[in-house]
Amino acid sequence: MIPFQYTRANDVADAIKQIATDPSAKFIAGGTNLIDLIKYDVEAPSRLIDISHLPLRSVEPTSAGGVLIGAMVPNTDLAYHPLIEGRYPLLARAILSGASQQLRNMASTGGNLLQRTRCFYYYDTATPCNKREPGSGCSAIDGVNRINAILGTSEACIATHPSDMCVALAALEATVHVTGPAGARTIAFADFHRLPGNTPQRDTNLEPDEIITAIELPPKGFSENYSYLKIRDRLSYAFALVSVAAALELDGDTIKEARLALGGVAHKPWRSTAAEAALLGQRTDATAFAKAADWLLHGAKGYGHNDFKIGLARRAIIRTLGQAARGKPQSISDKKIR
Amino acid sequence: MTHSGTVSRAGRIASVPEKISITLRVNDKAVKLQVAPWTTLLDALRDHLDLTGTKKGCDHGQCGACTVLVDGRRINSCLTLAVMKEGAEIITIEGLARDGVLHPLQQAFIDQDAFQCGYCTSGQICSGVGLIAEGKARTPNEIRELMSGNICRCGAYPNIVAAILQAMERS
Repeated sequence: MIPFQYTRANDVADAIKQIATDPSAKFIAGGTNLIDLIKYDVEAPSRLIDISHLPLRSVEPTSAGGVLIGAMVPNTDLAYHPLIEGRYPLLARAILSGASQQLRNMASTGGNLLQRTRCFYYYDTATPCNKREPGSGCSAIDGVNRINAILGTSEACIATHPSDMCVALAALEATVHVTGPAGARTIAFADFHRLPGNTPQRDTNLEPDEIITAIELPPKGFSENYSYLKIRDRLSYAFALVSVAAALELDGDTIKEARLALGGVAHKPWRSTAAEAALLGQRTDATAFAKAADWLLHGAKGYGHNDFKIGLARRAIIRTLGQAARGKPQSISDKKIR
Repeated sequence: MTHSGTVSRAGRIASVPEKISITLRVNDKAVKLQVAPWTTLLDALRDHLDLTGTKKGCDHGQCGACTVLVDGRRINSCLTLAVMKEGAEIITIEGLARDGVLHPLQQAFIDQDAFQCGYCTSGQICSGVGLIAEGKARTPNEIRELMSGNICRCGAYPNIVAAILQAMERS
């Protein structure tokens, strides 16, 4: 690895102060993505500011009836936390669908949001990539783009966001708490990640001198009717080709509220208000689910190798909504899709 | 890559940072060492402490050969820095046997013929010890899912699952 300096942050204020004095420094928490990127020479920070010891490790109920998750809570701790397993099982399942147990033991909640794309060309420093080197071009558009995006793409970038956890957080309408030199602010989950546009080097609306301190879940957890279905090239420990988070509130077999988010298809977890609205008041049947799928995939565009994702996503949405409606979420360990 | 005061990326940093003195607790012993900030825990174990039981497979967190236990939890030692683990309790494959008696999972790997070339084995065993401590896997399917971070290119997976089941039954 290339040389860099190492310092520890004592508290959030110290972390913000340290990053302000050294714009080419980076925070490190779990390190599972950043250290890998440094090894590949994609990232070259002058200094790593270790925030892994900050006291942001609690998972607590809020007075509003939701849950506040500290940014340093490891992914495993979050997935197995009784509040999350009991009230937000969609989030627990999504977390356990991602990475391996070793990586989930290391990876932090805040860091999960900030992981970079796994687009092959972003990692390959011998090829042009607008995300890695703005203005150099996109190698994926005319390249091997099997894993790339079908929604919200631009001429500059067709990368996807790799997280499973974020797909559930988008569906649950979480809020991101951040702190910077100007103080604390909150960002709605839908506004946290960005589409690539002409600035694919910016994945999120977090400023470089800001730090994520917590993720807040609203009271509604959809713990009765939910499912997270992840389709990938092997049965475990692989990034999603397509994943679906579905959450329903039912009155008998009529849909009162619906949340639907896709992973593996865009630069951010993909939602559509039209798709969710199309489900309201409908019976939980395949016709309604197919209509919602068509709305959610409206404008989807393949780039050759990833054309299959459009049909795959449509079928996965219908299956996942069916699982949610039946109250039979996709199992993590039994890989059969029922 | 060699460095003599400055690095190739002009202006990135003025000089090579100093080594840092740290104390790690490895296999119940406190050890002092001087490491560069960019030394991974894996390289510290293998190259500084001569604990070469922990293997470097991919060095990118994709194979699990470097799995060790840190504060009782299994992690990929290739994706963390030694300086970040100051004060943590680290257990490697060398630290599992007690008083000359193999850990039940080590014995189970022998009993169930759970390895061929052996390169992934120390990572598989440390990962399995972590899995048993977590208490989340009970069935073969659940073991397979929670062991998916450890690749075995010889394909000894059925025997690895059998070994973990044996150790779970006896612990």
